[in-house]
Amino acid sequence: MSSLNKSLLIPLIVFILLVITLGVGFSLKDPHILPSELIDRPFPDFQASELHDVDRTLTREDLKGEISLVNVWATWCPNCVLEHPELLRISKEEGVPLYGVNYNDEVIKAQAWLRRYEDPFVFNIVDDNGKLGIDLGVYGAPETFIIDAEGVIQYKHVGPVNRYIFDKEMKPVIEQLRANSVATRTAGVDS
Amino acid sequence: MIAELGHFSLILALGMCVALAIIPTVGIVQKNTQLMNISNSLAAGFFVFVAISFFCLGYAFWSDDFSVQYVALNSNSALPVQYKISAIWGGHEGSFLLWTLVMSGWTFAVGALSGGLTLDMRARVLAVMGALSIGFVLFILLTSNPFDRTLPVYPADGNDLNPLLQDFGLIVHPPMLYMGYVGFAVPFAFAIATLTTGNLDSAWARWSRPWTNAAWGFLTLGITLGSWWAYYELGWGGWWFWDAVENASFMPWLVGTALVHSLAATEKRGVFKSWTVLLAIFAFSLSLLGAFLVRSGVLTSVHAFAVDPERGMYILTYLVLIIGSSLTLYAFKASGVKSDADFEWGSRESMLLVNNLLLVVSAAIVLLGTLYPLVYETLYDGKKISIGPPYFNTLFVPVVMLLFTFMVFSPLSRWKKTPVQEFKKQWVGMVASFFVMLCLVLALAKEFSFVVLLVNTVALWIIVSLGKDLIAKVANKADKVAALFKQTMSYYGMILGHLGIAVSILGVCITVYYSEERDVRMVPGDSVELAGYEFRFNGVSKETGPNYMADRGDVDVIQEGKVLLTLYPEKRFYPASSNVMTEADIEPSLFRDLFVALGEPLGNKAWAVRIHYKPFVRWIWFGGVLIAMGGFITVFDRRYRRVKVAKQEKPNHADGVAGATA
Amino acid sequence: MVRLSTLVMTLVISFLSLTAIAAIDAYSFPDEGMRKRYNSLIDELRCPQCLNTNLAGSDSMISKDLRREVHRLVLEGKSDDQVRDFMQQRYGDFILYNPQVKGSTYVLWFGPVVLFFIAVAVLVRLVSRRSSLAQEKVLSDEDQDRLNQLLSK
Repeated sequence: MSSLNKSLLIPLIVFILLVITLGVGFSLKDPHILPSELIDRPFPDFQASELHDVDRTLTREDLKGEISLVNVWATWCPNCVLEHPELLRISKEEGVPLYGVNYNDEVIKAQAWLRRYEDPFVFNIVDDNGKLGIDLGVYGAPETFIIDAEGVIQYKHVGPVNRYIFDKEMKPVIEQLRANSVATRTAGVDS
Repeated sequence: MIAELGHFSLILALGMCVALAIIPTVGIVQKNTQLMNISNSLAAGFFVFVAISFFCLGYAFWSDDFSVQYVALNSNSALPVQYKISAIWGGHEGSFLLWTLVMSGWTFAVGALSGGLTLDMRARVLAVMGALSIGFVLFILLTSNPFDRTLPVYPADGNDLNPLLQDFGLIVHPPMLYMGYVGFAVPFAFAIATLTTGNLDSAWARWSRPWTNAAWGFLTLGITLGSWWAYYELGWGGWWFWDAVENASFMPWLVGTALVHSLAATEKRGVFKSWTVLLAIFAFSLSLLGAFLVRSGVLTSVHAFAVDPERGMYILTYLVLIIGSSLTLYAFKASGVKSDADFEWGSRESMLLVNNLLLVVSAAIVLLGTLYPLVYETLYDGKKISIGPPYFNTLFVPVVMLLFTFMVFSPLSRWKKTPVQEFKKQWVGMVASFFVMLCLVLALAKEFSFVVLLVNTVALWIIVSLGKDLIAKVANKADKVAALFKQTMSYYGMILGHLGIAVSILGVCITVYYSEERDVRMVPGDSVELAGYEFRFNGVSKETGPNYMADRGDVDVIQEGKVLLTLYPEKRFYPASSNVMTEADIEPSLFRDLFVALGEPLGNKAWAVRIHYKPFVRWIWFGGVLIAMGGFITVFDRRYRRVKVAKQEKPNHADGVAGATA
Repeated sequence: MVRLSTLVMTLVISFLSLTAIAAIDAYSFPDEGMRKRYNSLIDELRCPQCLNTNLAGSDSMISKDLRREVHRLVLEGKSDDQVRDFMQQRYGDFILYNPQVKGSTYVLWFGPVVLFFIAVAVLVRLVSRRSSLAQEKVLSDEDQDRLNQLLSK
């Protein structure tokens, strides 16, 4: 074997770097899920009617006051049927209010859908042209947001929610927010 | 039964390629000619068993055997028979069997057609190809078996082939692509075989040139077909999107082009020896990388097979083993190689070096753009970034434009040193091309564009320079026709290849700058004007096809009051897969395409209609075909055959008679 | 469990993006310049949901909605950059096919430039070395001639 010309090792080194890159690619999250751009930003401003009460106008102020979940759903979305039992459970057991955004849908159909599958929502924002969805960076249904008491988005989940996902990913966020708000209140009292 | 036979045949094929990897190798080490000689038969056996396996899968499709899971997922009883056959390579498992068939075919061909090689060299090359094949066959048997059954309960009918793939394009595009991708295994095997001997003389370059050129020609054809197919099938007039999977085929092509040129220098002048070996390793490595990208799910693409990451891990491991070991072998064995050939600025060698460097830079750009989103996501905590046509066009185009400008001077360059007068003579061609283009652009184009003028001048200048060189070669000869015949196939290959590039450049430039499109709402009787034509919408009727139902539009194309023709765009619904497809109707012609597609019904008999005018778009693919032809005809160069004869008659004779200057 | 829903989601999304390929809206514009800007914007904005398609080529619901927004913004007189900002604020860098030039993309944009100059440097070094080899030989040819002349005297 002849003596080694070090510069000829360059291709091998570049290749190893390449392989590491590709290998890492496997550990990355699902390529179809887009992380949210709106984390730590206030819920977008909107003006819309409520699903069951056409004369009532909702704005983002209605979402403030306590930590809550906002679920984007539609009657044309099969996964929304899949996740609905979990939403019902959350609304009854977890002590977090659930608000709905009826996305790119028809009011009559949505009302019938809720009658059929039961209504877990405190109220439902009618987004029949998808504009609120766009402002939220939504690209399909269902998507679920966690908002704090000031109306700032803290977390987003794309896809149907089930018990496992709620317990593993969403509940910790909610508890953290609760802990933070207790801390701020306590600090306020002390200072 | 047949499916099981196919499966079994594949296992036998595995045995064959294991034997092919091991037995000749033992023969080489022990200098045992009998063992080395077996390599041919083993290669033939490998091919036969893979072919049987492939044929069995084809039979399963042809006979609508839906108990075979792969057939059930990709076919349907109502599917027209030609698509039942092409459905063999419509999904991951079957297409990889096709890949393996092509590999076994090339292996068999190298064995059968390499009488001129020394026995030792032939055994080495075939052993390498056998070793590569082990990975492919094992992959199929262990992770992607197309013969798996879904007994005892199997579907009464299949899922149907994705309607996008029910098309002539699918029948030819993947086989051509694989012939190219997998064909680069041959120069790779030659390079590795040469490295193992420790002797990087230029003989290996001579042996691998026809194989490399053939594989490169097929890859060119495959990419051209893919672009053409996307254009007429996807319904929005685009023909290249810099999609990850498109890039996966383009990168080996770019490096392959560098390899084709570099081999010439190594063969003729013994220069760039180790660089050419490295290019051969790169080209095939990029083919493997392409296979990985398409099948692992690591990158998002509408082209990609939906495969799980486990299969991706297998391919990645294989990649690491094969390429890692080749590059290590390269680093150690190529270290002592030095050529003492000298050449000047402006010599053919220096031109080829420019060609190589620019092509490798352009391939690196494509690689960077394709993989950067992965890197970004890792480094920046899951944030995603997109890299698309704007990026690639901005960086890639200037590099290749520089390359094209150098291409003008390539036919006139000479080995070792090109007299300066040769370069000076080109001024005439440049000025002439410029003025011709200026007139054409001013006369024919809708609006003047300086970029179009520059780019097209370069393209025309390339053609002029080729023409001048051809004329110069026959100018002083008494019998001009005989002189034309005396030129080698390699020379004509160069002419066709470079001509093809120039033609494609013209097509790309004109179509990018001067295409027109309109999306309009039309009711029956409405007319729209575009590019001097009038398009009259006559309404929509219902039609039925063999496995679809369609809304069929009727659009008259009118010029100067006369109806030239009628176009029938369709919106098809395929019930078996619930897919809706837009089938555009195109009126093709040499200088312009007219393209009509149906959008959505808008109520009250109104429809959204898209109309495209695409000038010179066919030149893109016409150029691609010329390039491929250029690659293919060099295979028939007499010098490659002459050397074999010389070797058989006079074993001590050095390389064959010096041929033409090409 | 998580995997199953991801798989279902993936299938649903792929299903939705396979239905109908050409995205044809009959939007009108007061002038040709606006139409051209609209066309080029929907070419360089990515469909957030699809498997690598731009807004122009996708018939998905979100792409239709986003094209409508681009149309509205262009008609309102917003500049190209403002339209891109609008999209980027909601969907992140992902929606821009033309990656912005910022710290995290310096390697992406300037890497090729650096590579190009390295290639030029390699070229210059290599050819210079080879042509000086040629010069040496030429010199020795000259010397050889002189020698011949001397010898023939």
